[in-house]
Amino acid sequence: MYIKQLSVFLENKPGTLEEALKILKESEVNIVALSLADTSEFGLLRIVVDKPEEAKQALRDKGYTSILNEVLMVHLKDQVGYLQKLIETVSGAGINVEYMYAAPTLSEGADLILKTSDLKGAEEAIRKVDGN
Amino acid sequence: MIWNEAKECMSRDELKSLQSKRLVKLVDRVYHNVEYYRKKMQAIGLEPSDIKGVEDIVKLPFTTYEDLNAAYPYGLCAAPLSQIVRVQASSGTTGKSKVATYTRRDIEIWSECVARALTMAGVTRDDIIQVGYGYGLFTGGLGAHYGAENLGAMVIPMSTGNTKKLITMMIDCQVTAIACTPSYLLHVAEALEEQGLVDQIKLKIAICGAEPWTDNMRKQIEERLHIKAYDIYGLTEIMGPGVACDCDHHKGLHIYEDHFLPEIIDPETLKPVGDGESGELVITTLTKEGMPLLRYRTRDLTSLETGTCECGRTMARIQRFKGRSDDMLVIRGVNVFPSQVEHALLSVAGTTPNYFITVDRVDNNDTFEVAIEVEERFFSDEIRALESLRDKVASAIHQAVGIKAKVKLVEPNTLEHSQGKTKHVNDKRKLV
Repeated sequence: MYIKQLSVFLENKPGTLEEALKILKESEVNIVALSLADTSEFGLLRIVVDKPEEAKQALRDKGYTSILNEVLMVHLKDQVGYLQKLIETVSGAGINVEYMYAAPTLSEGADLILKTSDLKGAEEAIRKVDGN
Repeated sequence: MIWNEAKECMSRDELKSLQSKRLVKLVDRVYHNVEYYRKKMQAIGLEPSDIKGVEDIVKLPFTTYEDLNAAYPYGLCAAPLSQIVRVQASSGTTGKSKVATYTRRDIEIWSECVARALTMAGVTRDDIIQVGYGYGLFTGGLGAHYGAENLGAMVIPMSTGNTKKLITMMIDCQVTAIACTPSYLLHVAEALEEQGLVDQIKLKIAICGAEPWTDNMRKQIEERLHIKAYDIYGLTEIMGPGVACDCDHHKGLHIYEDHFLPEIIDPETLKPVGDGESGELVITTLTKEGMPLLRYRTRDLTSLETGTCECGRTMARIQRFKGRSDDMLVIRGVNVFPSQVEHALLSVAGTTPNYFITVDRVDNNDTFEVAIEVEERFFSDEIRALESLRDKVASAIHQAVGIKAKVKLVEPNTLEHSQGKTKHVNDKRKLV
């Protein structure tokens, strides 16, 4: 399914991540999934939260640059080879994975957050995989 | 040694009479040949006949780089284009370069001035000189080259960018003199020291310019390489290197007043300052044919010392530069205006994001960093897109100013703000 992801620009220096997280806490925003990508100069915090619009506004008020965009949230079965099969289906459709990260779920297995070169195509391809 | 004793040591009275004669001819020529100047003079009701000698210089209008920009590229040419044999250029404040045009005679006079400067530094026809300035639109390379050839020295046109080859040829070809920026020479000194090669060089003299430097840098160059180092000054608009150079006594840079008429003005009131007082250096090119300039405001802050020097030369001496009356930076010998960086950012980002330029000198090399605040409109959830933005900005800046900048993406509102107006530059080098 499609889901909104919030990406936050962070400089690579002590304290910036903590400050961003504090802003989210103070706005009572709960983080469902997260990934922190880093380069030598800057970091990119990608999160899935319960209140994306409020989170974005709170960050903007404190001077943080962030954007909301759609990504895919896919269920991962707790099973050897399931992720491989899933990605094989996506790449088999000629679609490139831009980035992905996993998040825990309350039920069995995990959730996979996926950004691809063709979101719609990937969504359709994944629907054919058993369990999704 | 003095290259042209008749001129460099002429009495002040003789000089004044020569300057007056040349100024009268110059004003007449630009009035009749350069529409831009004719209009400027007509606007203030000035006729060529109003200029009878150097004392009338104050009646003439100033020329600024805004004028150069407005008249780009040939609007200030006083000779037909068929007589122009060379074009050189340096950074302008906007996307356009400051273009200078030269007739054959202009090149000859330029070569004469550089020969005077090299002779002042002790270079003779027996020397082997490496020119380590960039060859191309930048005046340093070709200017020093023609001057050294005019002197009769053996010239090795190294240009910039290959220190290893420069050192190899310095040793193998028994180079005795070098012309390059002082910071680059310190970089060469370091490389020579690291490889234990200092005692293998035959270098005696360095003629350094294109960027401001300190007495301490001179001392370092002289002590580490066991040579003598001299300061050379110039600017593309006026000619290039060789407008002025310092002699053995290091009491200021002798400006060749028979070709360049210097004045010092107060940059606020635009009135001449008193003798020996500090202000902005203004130069009138007395003999230029291609692009003669009346009272060109160099934006360099200094003072002038007259009185015969211990070396015997009567030409006035430009004292240590005290900075600029504009925001131009000299980075690795290249003139950089913050507005150029702004234009480059504009071309990539659509509108100018908040930016901050930091210049420093680390291990004798100038560092040039441009930090940009990442705004929502060009932010992305993909690292690849952000890196591509950074690279595009870096390449646009490189194209605009001619040197590479390290571009850094930063969070909004992290750059310095002062009194409501954003401060865009921090020059950490201590050169003034």
